[in-house]
Amino acid sequence: MIEIRQVGHAFGERVVLRDLTLDLTERRIAVVGGNGSGKSTFARLLNGLLVPSRGHVRVDGLDTRRDGKAVRRKVGFVFQNPDNQIVLPGVAEDLAFGLRNLGLPKDEIARRVDEALHRYDLQALADHPAHLLSGGQKQLLAIAGVLAMAPDIIVLDEPTTLLDLRNKRRIAQAIDALPQRAILVSHDLAFLEGVDRVLVFDEGRVVIDDSPSVALPAYEAMMS
Amino acid sequence: MIPYVPGESPVHRCPPGRKILALVAAGTVLFALPRLDLALAAALLALAATGWLYRVAGIPGRLMLAQLRPLAWILAVLVLVQLALDGWQAGLLVTARLSALVLLAGLVTLTTRSSDLIEALQRGLVWAKPLGANPAKVGLAIALTLRFIPVLAAIAAEVREAQRARGLEGSLVALTVPVVVRMLKMSDDIAAAIDARSYDPDRG
Ligand SMILES: Nc1ncnc2c1ncn2[C@@H]1O[C@H](COP(=O)(O)OP(=O)(O)OP(=O)(O)O)[C@@H](O)[C@H]1O
Ligand SMILES: [Mg+2]
Repeated sequence: MIEIRQVGHAFGERVVLRDLTLDLTERRIAVVGGNGSGKSTFARLLNGLLVPSRGHVRVDGLDTRRDGKAVRRKVGFVFQNPDNQIVLPGVAEDLAFGLRNLGLPKDEIARRVDEALHRYDLQALADHPAHLLSGGQKQLLAIAGVLAMAPDIIVLDEPTTLLDLRNKRRIAQAIDALPQRAILVSHDLAFLEGVDRVLVFDEGRVVIDDSPSVALPAYEAMMS
Repeated sequence: MIPYVPGESPVHRCPPGRKILALVAAGTVLFALPRLDLALAAALLALAATGWLYRVAGIPGRLMLAQLRPLAWILAVLVLVQLALDGWQAGLLVTARLSALVLLAGLVTLTTRSSDLIEALQRGLVWAKPLGANPAKVGLAIALTLRFIPVLAAIAAEVREAQRARGLEGSLVALTVPVVVRMLKMSDDIAAAIDARSYDPDRG
């Protein structure tokens, strides 16, 4: 469970999140809101990439301020632009990067890399330079690299924004099939109809917190 | 960017550390021989041996020549200077030496996965730890360089195109500013991504 208690965040003078208190327990949670409403900032708080200027974020009892490292092992993060999160030159080596950071033994790393290559249909590309992949393949690789680390929770910040329709569907299916709890930031409302809970952000506050059948139409009305 | 060409040849299977050592040794011998005739013989021999190693590794001739392309201009200038100063033998020596070395270095990268290369370098750097070097960081820095050179090239091409579309052409400043701005933003994102995947520089 992720507990958010009286959290506020400011970059210098600029207040971006205001007084959030939430418990996140559902299997699929969507985060929507206008540009600049604070969604990415909120997402980054959840795995301690960002520590709030006020209040506390706790993941299964671990405080992101004190136990940042442990929290990042529990909570995987997928960014919007896969180009900036594939850090090693080859496909298989990038998959292994996070696993090596976990200090896993070599054969376990090889096993998990293999499994990830198969699951995401990347086996033919194992030794391929990552920069030659298509946008959809890059995002699949980025997601695979995070999933191979077997996090308990996965946060995805607009993982499909840069993709074409076919790749959007592919990523959507991949996310759907995740056994883990997922928190998904997206502007793609059709993609969010099946989630358990929707948080609508506006100017750094959660203004709607409800099931998708209620929250999504309300959000659309709010934006028009 | 030089890609890795998968294969099962003896050159591929040779441990990366040994390949790096061989490269260093070849470079030392090539540039240390004092007499012109000896040095020339060694350089030509090295060139021939390198060509043979490429065949053993199963690398096509096209890829072999591609290794020399970035060097072509430098070589041309050097040869001309040497010809003017010291005669044709010296010119030939410079060409043979540099080509052999560049081809050998190319062969190492073509037949070694960058992760294996980096790991070997890290192990080789362990002795430098007491001097304050951090092999894990050096390894990651090399890997990141290999990974992001093509990305930077793509960004530069994109920016140049966008500027051309708006009638702005050929200005280095106009190109540099947006490229640097995007690089800074990008490096922020990359740092966050590395953090998000539990990288710990003190572990390695
Ligand atoms: N590192 C930073 N330094 C200063 N200001 C920042 C920083 N990151 C974000 N901001 C500001 O915080 C506000 C919220 O940004 P955030 O990225 O969280 O919004 P968002 O809801 O994800 O928007 P989008 O839909 O465009 O991705 C924006 O006004 C942004 O300019
Ligand atoms: Mg955002």
